[in-house]
Amino acid sequence: MGVAPTGDVGSGGGQSNLSQPSPNWIVTSLDWLVNWSRANSLWPMPFGTACCAIEFMATAAARYDLSRFGMERMGYSPRQADMLLCAGRVPFKLAPVLRRIYDQMPQPKWVISMGACASTGGIFDTYAMTQGIDTVIPVDVYVPGCPPRPEGLLYAIMLLHKKIRGETMLDSEIRDEHPLAPGALRMPLADVDELSKGFGSSVHQERSG
Amino acid sequence: MTELNSSVDALRNEFGDKIGEAYVSCGDTVVFIDSEDALDIFRWLRDAPDQSYDYLIDVTAVEHRDLSRPLEVVYFLWSLERKVQLCVKIALPKTGELAVDSVVSIWRGADWLERETYDMFGIEFRGHPDHRRILMWETYAEGYPLRKDFPLRGRFSRSEQVRQALHANPEAHYSLEVLEIADALGDLPEDMKERLARGERGVVPKAEETDDNG
Repeated sequence: MGVAPTGDVGSGGGQSNLSQPSPNWIVTSLDWLVNWSRANSLWPMPFGTACCAIEFMATAAARYDLSRFGMERMGYSPRQADMLLCAGRVPFKLAPVLRRIYDQMPQPKWVISMGACASTGGIFDTYAMTQGIDTVIPVDVYVPGCPPRPEGLLYAIMLLHKKIRGETMLDSEIRDEHPLAPGALRMPLADVDELSKGFGSSVHQERSG
Repeated sequence: MTELNSSVDALRNEFGDKIGEAYVSCGDTVVFIDSEDALDIFRWLRDAPDQSYDYLIDVTAVEHRDLSRPLEVVYFLWSLERKVQLCVKIALPKTGELAVDSVVSIWRGADWLERETYDMFGIEFRGHPDHRRILMWETYAEGYPLRKDFPLRGRFSRSEQVRQALHANPEAHYSLEVLEIADALGDLPEDMKERLARGERGVVPKAEETDDNG
């Protein structure tokens, strides 16, 4: 925590308005407190669709013990969760459901994409599978692995803690909601195709029929 | 087990030349029948006392790599009483209409099996009470995934696939058919009418730019 140039909030030189806020000791202390409490009581919304969810259960169980991170309370309602944990493959049929669940979560919210399938489509480079959930919702941390071991997921959670601890309330856009219209892509068409290209995509495949 | 099931002879006695080729494959008896008389034959197979195939295990279809060969609709029958199996096939030449009569009236369990076969192969089951896709969403426009001419990654570009998928309404619980029937009977609440009017299952608007759809 740096020493702020002026002693108090709002009146620093008369110029410390909302458009150009500068961090002072109150803001940074509050940031620290808020981020500390958010990071240490993430309530996960498990969106488990496949074998990664089994590893997630193992992570939550006694040996790896998610409650060490204040995460033992699974929010099976998106409205009472902070972190969407997408564990497993997401077919196109499930994509609007995933989007709806993400939109229903209140701010602040983060997303962990667990495993190869959720992150890239994995081996399922087929007509039925989204090639990474980041084509549907924003993702904060990706966990590689097929499925990742619980240690991998714990590392992702600690990375997310690190990210949360770096947030500041001065960034006014960080918690802005931009719900998309039904059917709207959250990135340009070309980007979706580019992201899906990893194992070759329908854009480049040999076509028949 | 290399001998034909006795049902084949019984079928030939009963239906004559409506029964086609029969052979044994991996111990299972396979018999081809005519698509026009399929319903009569199936009903007889279920009801004749010495046949009593009362359980329909599965309905599926086969498309051969040799694209000139006909599609085959496959019915796996089982007699719970006699513990005997019979595999009945109907050949559908691709030049003709890909349609057979639905056997839901004979085996109630055929409902979802036939929907899945329709969903994956595009074979129409005439007289099915709820004839729509079951695995793919109902606005799915790329065709029938298990057909040999269907590319593994689908026909549209990935972005178009995501866009179309996101137009599906995840909260639609009633089929358009059900809503339409209720509407025709004047039995539809106002909010349902509204849902029907705006395309309950989601409407996919035209893409703004032409995609590389092949």
